[in-house]
Amino acid sequence: MEGAMQTESKIRAESGTESGPRGPGCSLRHFACEQNLLSRPDGSASFLQAGRRYLHFGDTSVLAGVYGPAEVKVSKEIFNKATLEVILRPKIGLPGVAEKSRERLIRNTCEAVVLGALHPRTSITVVLQVVSDAGSLLACCLNAACMALVDAGVPMRALFCGVTCALDSDGTLMLDPTAKQEKEARAVLTFALDSVERKLLTSTTKGLYSDAELQQCLAAAQAASQHVFRFYRESLQRRYSKS
Amino acid sequence: MKETYKFWRFLLHHHSIKIFASFWIYTDLLIYLIFNICFRTVEPLEYYRRFLKENCRPDGRELGEFRTTTVNVGSIGTADGSALVKLGNTTVICGIKAEFGAPPTDAPDKGYVVPNVDLSPLCSWRFRSGPPGEEAQVASQFIADVIENSQIIHKEDLCICPGKLAWVLYCDLICLNHDGNILDACTFALLAALKNVQLPEVTINEETALAEVNLKKKSYLNIRTHPVATSFAVFDDTLLIVDPTEEEEHLATGTLTVVMDEEGGSGLTGAKLQDCMSRAVTRHKEVKKLMDEVLKSMKPK
Repeated sequence: MEGAMQTESKIRAESGTESGPRGPGCSLRHFACEQNLLSRPDGSASFLQAGRRYLHFGDTSVLAGVYGPAEVKVSKEIFNKATLEVILRPKIGLPGVAEKSRERLIRNTCEAVVLGALHPRTSITVVLQVVSDAGSLLACCLNAACMALVDAGVPMRALFCGVTCALDSDGTLMLDPTAKQEKEARAVLTFALDSVERKLLTSTTKGLYSDAELQQCLAAAQAASQHVFRFYRESLQRRYSKS
Repeated sequence: MKETYKFWRFLLHHHSIKIFASFWIYTDLLIYLIFNICFRTVEPLEYYRRFLKENCRPDGRELGEFRTTTVNVGSIGTADGSALVKLGNTTVICGIKAEFGAPPTDAPDKGYVVPNVDLSPLCSWRFRSGPPGEEAQVASQFIADVIENSQIIHKEDLCICPGKLAWVLYCDLICLNHDGNILDACTFALLAALKNVQLPEVTINEETALAEVNLKKKSYLNIRTHPVATSFAVFDDTLLIVDPTEEEEHLATGTLTVVMDEEGGSGLTGAKLQDCMSRAVTRHKEVKKLMDEVLKSMKPK
């Protein structure tokens, strides 16, 4: 009844260059999303932000699995809502302190959106595995987590998406930067936005920037999130219309 | 309750009934207090909302008011630099030790700054002894990010001999009492301790290729920027309160920490984020003033 549904989408905010990498400006990379690809977790999704078209080189890809609502340890249970747990595994090496910090960010974002009150004294676990990292990793993790939660059927107040912005040394804004662009940037800002009113759920920034620049990046991210949410809607429509 | 109080106050005018009446007033007030305490325990969020409606908090602070901040610099004699910061009841002590190390192979002209935040069972019932829990790791990562992003010290300044020897600054932040807003206290303690660090002069003897340390000649670190953190707790998606206590952090629906570097920010109006920025700017000025006073008052070693 439910096989793996693959949806590819070419999303461009403005007309950029046709071939090769996109030019500077407000354009996101191509995305691809695959749901229900793992049989054991209650919900799973793989989110891919493509590098080069047709060649999987320079992609950022994250695989997410959701278990829940399930049994929770008595020490961790909360009497009136579900306990959310996020586990992030890096591509290479053992999880360290940076992963813990990102886990907390993703967990706080999910907690703001998931209707935990409907499943008290249970646990919802989101497991994320980084498959490849070519920039904008946290945003990709957030997108994968959202798609996996939808696939698992966890009740949510809204969908959420992650958008990364990078600021150049001369103040140029780049959305969805590659690893090279992130390294050379003066500041990298990641925002998690909700689908209902494009409100800011989470923001994490690295580097130096002025608050006018912050507002500018936030506005650009809100505009770009529209495309991500349209992609979510299309991919879910396609999946449910077939079965 | 008010009526009974008035009635007994009227009776107080008669001396004989004074003792009897004061007993009744005492029990009235006691019942009132117990009711308050019970309400606070059973419905903490409702209790808080009643205060927030009047734009104040149970401890008497305004929504935008910080707790009393005290800082004490140079109290640990065995450390190269130290500072103790108290934000109300939250107490964090930072000790910095400088040691020698080999510079990283991919950056041979840089030293290291290694922060570590330690949240032990001493500071709060929530923590258990053993490997650092999630909150401690997140706080350590936060401090590492602050050091990295604000460029508080240029790592090149810590290099003694490129490729061979560099300073490694181990910054240990130990929380002695956790009453909320750990991040602000840690950032402030780190900044004050770094300003207190004195490193001895090191020369490499060309003949023996060993490092010679001259303990008599010490110099302060070159602190380039002054990052100051301001934390906010979000209640019910609308209300923002500054410097939350542990209870408020627990009840809040979200938190936000802004780390402000030098005086920055233009006068924009509007977004809540912008209000936070302006509060962070004011806080930065307050903290800088306090720290300069403390460092000026210290006797030179």
